[in-house]
Amino acid sequence: METSPLLILFAAIFTNNILLASFLGMCSFLACSQQIETAIGLGAAVTFVMTCTSVINYLIYYGILVEGAPLVAADLTFMSFIVFIAVIAAFVQFVEMFIERFSPKLYYALGIFLPLITVNCAILGASLFMVIRSYTLGQSLGFGFGGGIGWALAIVLMAGLRKKMNYSNVPAPFRGVAIIMVVTGVMAMVFMGFVGMVQIQ
Amino acid sequence: MFESILPALLTFAGLLAGLSLMLIVAERLLVNYGVCKLDINAGEKVLEVDGGQTLLSALYEEKVFIPSACGGRGTCGHCKVTILEGGGPVLPTELPLLTRAERRAGVRLACQVKVRSDIRMRVPEELLNVKMFAATVACKRSLTYDIKEIRFRLDDPAEISHRPGQYVQIQAPSPDGPVFRAYSISSPVYEKNVVELIVRLVPGGIGSTYLHNLEEGEEVIFTGPYGEFRLDENPDTEIICVGGGCGMAPMKNIIHSLYSQSPDRKCRLFFGCRTTDDVFYLDEFRALSAEHPNFSVVYALSDPLREGEQWDGETGFIHLSVDKHLEPGVKRQAFLCGPPLMIEAVKQVLESKGLQPEDIFYDKF
Repeated sequence: METSPLLILFAAIFTNNILLASFLGMCSFLACSQQIETAIGLGAAVTFVMTCTSVINYLIYYGILVEGAPLVAADLTFMSFIVFIAVIAAFVQFVEMFIERFSPKLYYALGIFLPLITVNCAILGASLFMVIRSYTLGQSLGFGFGGGIGWALAIVLMAGLRKKMNYSNVPAPFRGVAIIMVVTGVMAMVFMGFVGMVQIQ
Repeated sequence: MFESILPALLTFAGLLAGLSLMLIVAERLLVNYGVCKLDINAGEKVLEVDGGQTLLSALYEEKVFIPSACGGRGTCGHCKVTILEGGGPVLPTELPLLTRAERRAGVRLACQVKVRSDIRMRVPEELLNVKMFAATVACKRSLTYDIKEIRFRLDDPAEISHRPGQYVQIQAPSPDGPVFRAYSISSPVYEKNVVELIVRLVPGGIGSTYLHNLEEGEEVIFTGPYGEFRLDENPDTEIICVGGGCGMAPMKNIIHSLYSQSPDRKCRLFFGCRTTDDVFYLDEFRALSAEHPNFSVVYALSDPLREGEQWDGETGFIHLSVDKHLEPGVKRQAFLCGPPLMIEAVKQVLESKGLQPEDIFYDKF
């Protein structure tokens, strides 16, 4: 029985959160989670990129790279890594142009972290999971979208927590990234409470 | 195995071509800012430029030559302009080069501001008179083992009008594209068809290597004149020129320009260098001193004399000579050119002799 895309979406947000369960996409998460506004903006950008690149990469993988595919007969799956990265890089460029045009404020707020989405391992991770778990197109769409929402959820939660932590008395050795990593670990444990609700692997 | 290399290569190339095409189309549609209006100095100059480029390149296209030494990389801080409206938020690349007062006043780096909409800005009046010159190398001669004097004949425009002590920016080729490097004009102001430079070869320096390798008859491009040096017209003001290393160029200009107009003005030249190998123009200036009794020349060598080296002038650092020769309390104006440390030391000495900061002019490049 094929798992419903909606179930996969739900699971990707809660039980198999790409950041809190698979620990992918940590660097932008740690760097951009200071303001809630920036976090929401970056989360939205990552969701958009992850959803679209999952679908595009699905089409390219099964349309071109697999042996006996409609466009090219040879087995080109060994190229999947570089092809996926090329697609992600081009897509992020497109998103950058889009954001620069329609929201200069967000563009300046994100700064260097917008092009850094390209090397965000969560994006590549979503495409690779799609290949490993042999998802269908619908499932890939659900997984990409859910993965993005899950990443966005984690970073917005962290931004809120960091805002509260501004008024806490953090011991000097922990200030900065150290306490963030501890909090991320605690958040991951919290999300483990969802395990068992849904099985997608 | 070979059967899969060709389809692999073609597929990858095809994919990249497809993606690039998509991006080009998207750029054409999205990054299109149309034509923007640049209002300079409250309507004094209104330019229409294509949006999407940096303010600096837009201004250069319209022949407004804002000084720039780093080629738009945001490292030199010479391209400051005041933007009243339309510049967008200050970028993190600009912050290290702007003081807090400048930030409040709306000062920005023209090479970092992108033209996206109409901009209202203020540019120092003088910069609007700066032109781009095409010139040919007329002659080149060596003054010391690493300093050359290069004379350029101006082609287009054929005349330059500048003040003593100003500088030009020579366009020199570099691996990252043409860059501009500043050099003081050493030819006096009455020589209107000529620009002469004194250039010391800096190992690995883009500007000096380019200039030292020029042949007679080669063409160069430069913009100018730039600079804030201003000679006091009052005949009672004593002019002090202090140069270090190769900082002789503006001094030569100032001294000759001064004496062509007012042969009786009191002027002192102090020049500091390390050894007798670094000395140049001493005979010419001593001859000038014989013609103009109010002109005195002091050269000082800072390195201890070597075996067999002949030197009848002073020794020690130049700021000590300045300290020794100047009586306090005389009305003066000072022009300094040389290494930053020398300038700081001389400034302190001059201030101790009663000079005000606004009477001390220097170029720290």
